[in-house]
Amino acid sequence: MKNLLEIRNLKITTLRGRETVHLLNQVDLDIRKKCSFGIVGESGCGKSITANAVLGLLPYPLRVSEGSIRYESKNDEMDLLSLDAKALRAVRGREISMIFQEPMTSLDPIFTVEMQMFEALSFHHPEMSRSAMRERALEMLHRVNIPRPEQTLASYPHQLSGGQLQRIMIAIALINDPRLLLADEPTTALDVTIQAQILRLMNDLKEQNDTSIVMITHDLGVIAETCEEVAVFYAGQIVEQADVAAIFHETAHPYTHGLLQAVTSLGGAERKLYTIPGIVPPGGQWSRGCRFADRCSRCMEKCKEMMPALTEVSPGHRCRCFLHSEEAES
Amino acid sequence: MSGQNRDLLLDVRHLQVYFPIRRGLMKKVVGHVHAVEDVSFTVRRKEVFALVGESGCGKSTTGSAILRLIEPTGGQVFFNGENLSALSEEQLRLKRRDMQFIFQNPYASLNPRMNVWQLLSEPLRVHFDLSQEELRARVGEMLTLIGMTPDQLERYPHQFSGGQKQRISIARALITHPSFVVADEPVSALDVSIQAQILNLMMELQQEMELSLVFISHDLNVVRHLSNRVGVMYLGSLMETGNTEDVYRHPVHPYTQALLSAVPSHDPLHKSKHIILEGDVPNPADPPSGCPFHTRCARCTARCREERPELREIAPDHFAACHQV
Amino acid sequence: MKQKNRPVRNRALPGNESILRQLWNDPMGRAGMIGVALIILLAVFAPWIAPYDVAKMNAKAKLTAPNASFWFGTDNFGRDVFSRIVYGARVSLIVGIVAVGIAAGFGYLLGMIAGFFEGRVETVIMMVMDVIFAFPSILLALFIVAALGTSIVNTMIAIGIVNIPVFCRTVRASVKTVKSTDYIANARSIGLKKMSILFRHVTPNVMAPFTVQATLALSGAILTEASMSFLGLGIQPPDPSWGSMLSDARKFMERAPWLVIFPALFIIITILSFNILGDALRDVLDPKLKL
Repeated sequence: MKNLLEIRNLKITTLRGRETVHLLNQVDLDIRKKCSFGIVGESGCGKSITANAVLGLLPYPLRVSEGSIRYESKNDEMDLLSLDAKALRAVRGREISMIFQEPMTSLDPIFTVEMQMFEALSFHHPEMSRSAMRERALEMLHRVNIPRPEQTLASYPHQLSGGQLQRIMIAIALINDPRLLLADEPTTALDVTIQAQILRLMNDLKEQNDTSIVMITHDLGVIAETCEEVAVFYAGQIVEQADVAAIFHETAHPYTHGLLQAVTSLGGAERKLYTIPGIVPPGGQWSRGCRFADRCSRCMEKCKEMMPALTEVSPGHRCRCFLHSEEAES
Repeated sequence: MSGQNRDLLLDVRHLQVYFPIRRGLMKKVVGHVHAVEDVSFTVRRKEVFALVGESGCGKSTTGSAILRLIEPTGGQVFFNGENLSALSEEQLRLKRRDMQFIFQNPYASLNPRMNVWQLLSEPLRVHFDLSQEELRARVGEMLTLIGMTPDQLERYPHQFSGGQKQRISIARALITHPSFVVADEPVSALDVSIQAQILNLMMELQQEMELSLVFISHDLNVVRHLSNRVGVMYLGSLMETGNTEDVYRHPVHPYTQALLSAVPSHDPLHKSKHIILEGDVPNPADPPSGCPFHTRCARCTARCREERPELREIAPDHFAACHQV
Repeated sequence: MKQKNRPVRNRALPGNESILRQLWNDPMGRAGMIGVALIILLAVFAPWIAPYDVAKMNAKAKLTAPNASFWFGTDNFGRDVFSRIVYGARVSLIVGIVAVGIAAGFGYLLGMIAGFFEGRVETVIMMVMDVIFAFPSILLALFIVAALGTSIVNTMIAIGIVNIPVFCRTVRASVKTVKSTDYIANARSIGLKKMSILFRHVTPNVMAPFTVQATLALSGAILTEASMSFLGLGIQPPDPSWGSMLSDARKFMERAPWLVIFPALFIIITILSFNILGDALRDVLDPKLKL
């Protein structure tokens, strides 16, 4: 296996009443080693549940109905979907870590930072002594630029700011040297100046640690700042995937184009902003043709009838649109 | 004296909002959160004035305090030359016809048990004595303006998407034809592709209805796009104010400079050079002495630690509160 | 301000379906509704349903096991258990409804005042509520009845008083929650009067948890009545009450288990039905849960 993580034909469904609703279809992703990979999309596009599926954290009634998630650990290759609960716990936090959007609610308010860091450590390293754990915790806090780490260890979450908490979450996520970090909107709840701190920190850590990062966000600016490869999600599918420069400069899919236009027309000379008409379709209520068809300015007849396939438009650049390929999804 | 300038609609002078911190069984006041500290600015007719800053900087509190939705603890607000702070509650209530508020979260700001018709006709019923036909006509007119249709009148908020809900709250605020509106982060709860739709709608209506707008936002790109003038807030104080393009092109306050540089660029090939601020925003319950920004400022001097800088005019209509410029 | 000129359908509930229909469509709601409806039917049509006079003793048929003429058997005086249960439903329901009415009325008023006006008034009201709340409710109810004298009216008053704090707290909590929502701030920013805000915006949003609480309290009140009657301080003979029937049956439990089984069964069914209905109602009335 040449990649760290290979997701194949991932399908996620949920139950609405007695009805099965599809939230994610036909998602294929390859995360290379030492790569920062961006997943961008709007709410309900399936970007977060993809990450949750990797760690087996889908809340009921969501479930993976099809597909495989292969992961190459330090000494083994495995399908994460077929692991039992115990094996999965051994992967979580040790091999693959996750950080969430809300640092305020991701830490337990009744324990000190020290206890929560020790918990993360001792679960995977039961043999570690207290002093060794303390040393490791201090080292991690130092690495994520927490001022006064000793004092911070003894603090409770409510005594710390959002930026500090997010740095602690990152420290906890990286404390066991995972090889993959899933970051689900890690800076969305933070202010721009704090966001800049956190993004720089994550970039530095990736360089130092050989950790791959999957950055899930709705913010193209964050993608441009941090990622090498990008997948654009829309309505439970990948609509475009390429390296970051191609996404921004050789944009192929009309949706990606629209997203970019919407943000770059801000501050432009035109007072009227570029908009994508219509609304983001809610999960499962998708047409059988191209799911972006009714919002697309370049929609053709066949777009409403058939689902375009995700095909290569140039090496490493895939796009799901009939403008670039005649091929339809079977 | 505020009658001197006919162009002037809103004049905020030394606005101050402190929230008491209460502790213990007897709810004794043990301190104050300095949410807004000595904020002064003006808004002209048909102008969009933006208040921008990071969370907790007091921009939303300022917006609410202007309209006395939160009672200010100090300072005055003149609206059309009239001192709002001196009005009785009933006088203020009647004034609200002319000055409205758009809330951040349309999911929370619409009563879930009222349908669109009730939501939109309520402000008219409060302030005007209209017949049923007139009510219908005014509501219908507003519906067209926000791009909705009469068959949606019977529906309830939870049956709409976020963008549509925000359209309804905008309509609810504008249906009495106010001359002044405070919009508190009106798009930040919405999806990216929906934000632009709502911003366009707001700009159209602002032009059409000749509104003056105080637009509160943390999104620097949005603020640049739609405001004429801008005020940058930090820890309850105004750091810099002026013509939006001036402030964005030539920010003079070190905080404004850091804030603007922190915005991620949308071009992976030309990443912007960030000025990374160290540390965090101080606790507004225990604000630092002197300049509120001195704890994180690279150009901090002894004077900054002791003396609070006033807003000074450093170029025509461009003010900054900094000892170093 | 002009009056409302458009009929408002389903005031309590946004959406297009009536509450009853939605309850019916929910399996639990349906079960609760059927259970409650059965009890109500029993109570209302008791004179037609009950085959015998509840007080009529029959020396020849003491402690008869259930059979074709005495469906649920007879007690030690030869009285028909089925008839007594049917009339007992009446007592249970009346006591429950009146007691909950007292509790809900006072609780609503006090909760509204406490929640809306805050400050010292609130502190005093909530302190009194806490004191009432601190007593085990049965103990307090028994104490009140002991002070007032045993009668059906006093039983209802006692159970009512005991339940006031629950309502007061529920209402106050929802008033406070509703008051802090954006849509109340919105109503203020529109220029609505305080009283209009209270009646048009706060009250309808408080009604949902209030209704749910009332349903749940009803089952609690019925249970309290049964317990009090079981202890001999509730409904007095010869009025039949499920609780007192249980109490009287104690001595014959081994010889005539039906004397215990049937009243207990009806108590359980009633409590369960009201609880299930209350839970279903909570789901139906919460507009945020609906898509």
